[in-house]
Amino acid sequence: MSDDVYIVGIDMIRFGRFPEKSVPKLGAEAARLALDDAGVTIHDVESLYSGNLMQAGAMVGQRILQEIGQTGIPVTNCANACATGATAFRGGWMAIKAGIYDLVLVVGVEQLGKMGLLGGGGGGGGIPKEGLLGSGIMPAVFGEAGMEHARKYGTTFEQFAKVSVKNHHHSTMNPKSMYRKETPLEMVMNAEMIAYPNTKLMCSVNVDGAAAAVLASEKKARELGLSRAVKVSASVLTSDPFTERDLVMPDVNTCTRRAAAQAYEMAGLGADDLDLVELHDCFATAEILHYENLGLCKDGEAGRLIDEGETALGGRIPVNVSGGLLSKGHPLGATGVANMYEVSTHLRGEAGDRQVQGARVGLTHVIGLGSACAIHVLEKAA
Amino acid sequence: MAEEAAASGPRPIVPYLKIPESGDPYLEAHKCRQCGAFFLGERETCSSCGTSGELEAVKLSNRGELYVYSIVHRSFPGVQVPFVSAVVDLEGGGTVKGNLINIDPDPEKVRMGMPVEVIYQIAPTKDREGNEYLTYYFQPRS
Repeated sequence: MSDDVYIVGIDMIRFGRFPEKSVPKLGAEAARLALDDAGVTIHDVESLYSGNLMQAGAMVGQRILQEIGQTGIPVTNCANACATGATAFRGGWMAIKAGIYDLVLVVGVEQLGKMGLLGGGGGGGGIPKEGLLGSGIMPAVFGEAGMEHARKYGTTFEQFAKVSVKNHHHSTMNPKSMYRKETPLEMVMNAEMIAYPNTKLMCSVNVDGAAAAVLASEKKARELGLSRAVKVSASVLTSDPFTERDLVMPDVNTCTRRAAAQAYEMAGLGADDLDLVELHDCFATAEILHYENLGLCKDGEAGRLIDEGETALGGRIPVNVSGGLLSKGHPLGATGVANMYEVSTHLRGEAGDRQVQGARVGLTHVIGLGSACAIHVLEKAA
Repeated sequence: MAEEAAASGPRPIVPYLKIPESGDPYLEAHKCRQCGAFFLGERETCSSCGTSGELEAVKLSNRGELYVYSIVHRSFPGVQVPFVSAVVDLEGGGTVKGNLINIDPDPEKVRMGMPVEVIYQIAPTKDREGNEYLTYYFQPRS
């Protein structure tokens, strides 16, 4: 194994709605913040990995460079559904791991505005299938995934709703979150039902956002100083292997379980060693599944975990202290990098009111439906 | 083209709904002779085991049980809500998704594991050219 790769700079813009700005301008804002955080300039950067989903054909990475310095470096544009940002990050990680570059910039950016329901496009000619052959909208797809857990273990609507209460509470302490409001249990459960068991407050928020990271080889990281550096102990990407109900029910579990096993092996640690987790809570139901998929508890214990507050700030293993996709927001291509910003901020001891005390190891997880799963394990370097 | 042959009657909403010239409509899967995996629609290679040329058409059962569901209250404009989006495991193999009808769209009423059957009806919408489509639904089975 070659030398480790380090995050030497990382930041994000506050997620929100910025109709007056373009995708490259949002990406450039995050890029400048990350470069400043690393104490380097665009002239030090040897390659750019750019993640964006909705303008995947529009050379977003090059257009970001037009905003921050067109140095002629190689640019790789990347789209991988909601795993887009993490996949771009992994591209940069691999390039450094391979010894090709010493300093790489990664940007994840998305402009969703108030885009409504995602998914369910169907296609294939004829008449629309939505509402005739079930539903392809994301709240329903993840509703069904949650009901699979309910079927196996008796997980309740209330337990799913508690995820949303927790993550909204966490977001009140995060100045970069889209929403920062408490949502008590009755409010979550009585919110407009979108697709049972997911109410409106149990669905992630479509927002605009950008996050960026500067990755460095071990040599370069030592040169820049390790005091705030974050070691990338594992970077894993999986796709979904064929499973029994694959054709009608996207499987977000198997690819996550496989990625988690690989990530723990690569990092040489286990779920018990984690101090915090940022996982893909695109819907409240999804977070429950991933407690077990990531090994934060045994199969069938996820409901107890949320009931007993083990995944809340101050609990045994805090999950989504940023507010998660449910409240911080889910700008698809930016989400994966923003998760790493959150974990890095805790490892650096700079998370303010929401700081997980003594955090040394954290895990980030995203799922792109279709499916892709990316997991990264990050560790305090010094 | 199958569409032209069936031009006098409704068209199938999906290619895996088959409308024979005589006899009842049915759902068709392709089953891998090597590993037994089921697929909806034709394919050359089994995506479960990777074997090519070993997929055979099989008629799916009209009886099954409700695996999981979601009750959809908000969907795209023009889609009638609420409705029950259901994933159904069919007897003998194969899983299909569709609307579960003839039941209250209420989590107190819809029960995972309940026996259901596949029924075939003309879809309430036509395409731009005015063609009718045959679709399938699930309904509770006693």
